[in-house]
Amino acid sequence: MTSHTPRNPQRQPASGSPAASSGSGKEKDPDWANGLKQLYDSVVEEPLPDSFQDLIDKLDSNS
Amino acid sequence: MPPEERTASEKADFKRELTDVVPHLRAFARGLCGRADMADDLVQETLLKAWAAQERFQPGTSMRAWTFVILRNAYLTDMRRNRFRGEYDETVAERVLTAPAGQEEPIHLSDMHRALLTLPPERREALLLVGAGGFSYEEAATICDCAVGTIKSRVGRARAALNAMLADGNIPKRSIGDDAAHRAILEELDDVAAGQGSSRS
Repeated sequence: MTSHTPRNPQRQPASGSPAASSGSGKEKDPDWANGLKQLYDSVVEEPLPDSFQDLIDKLDSNS
Repeated sequence: MPPEERTASEKADFKRELTDVVPHLRAFARGLCGRADMADDLVQETLLKAWAAQERFQPGTSMRAWTFVILRNAYLTDMRRNRFRGEYDETVAERVLTAPAGQEEPIHLSDMHRALLTLPPERREALLLVGAGGFSYEEAATICDCAVGTIKSRVGRARAALNAMLADGNIPKRSIGDDAAHRAILEELDDVAAGQGSSRS
């Protein structure tokens, strides 16, 4: 019964994590796995720089 | 079946779908190359290529998966031209760090991002697709044009490497800071690129 992750208090993150459903519950995700999603989601949720809309608006006129 | 010229309405649909996936393209690109400005350049390049190739998109299929393939190929090409060095963007991760709430000791996302960037590119992209982007192994295999078992193996190795780095706190300060490491990565990229069909078609 020795702890295999001495640095972590094995505390559940507060419930309500939006990205908690991972589909396959075979193995426990390490702590960083949620961080990986956060890293990705944080970019997804960033406001889009104007340059992208400008580029998309121009797509038609180039064709 | 030869590609057909799209109608105006189909083009409008395509454009709307393309617009919708831009945030995901940015997130994938940021994970791949680590720097926000370069990632956004890559996304713009991807958008132009996707628009030019829209006849090859099958309506009803996943725009995200289709554009990820384009972005990935553009990244591999640019990487081999030495445009990206996988440099780490500190400001992004620091901003992200404020995100988690209610956690006793959050993993430092800056550490995680740096650790991610030390992975060989094909493992990094596999982990990004499955672990962050939410793609199935099958979808990720399609995007990377390899076998499902290969993706599973890459994800497994990436996870093991991150586990080791993050548990030990043994994360390199600079991911690709020296020539030897960079050369090794380019060699791996050659392998990755060799495993896929023509990236331009």
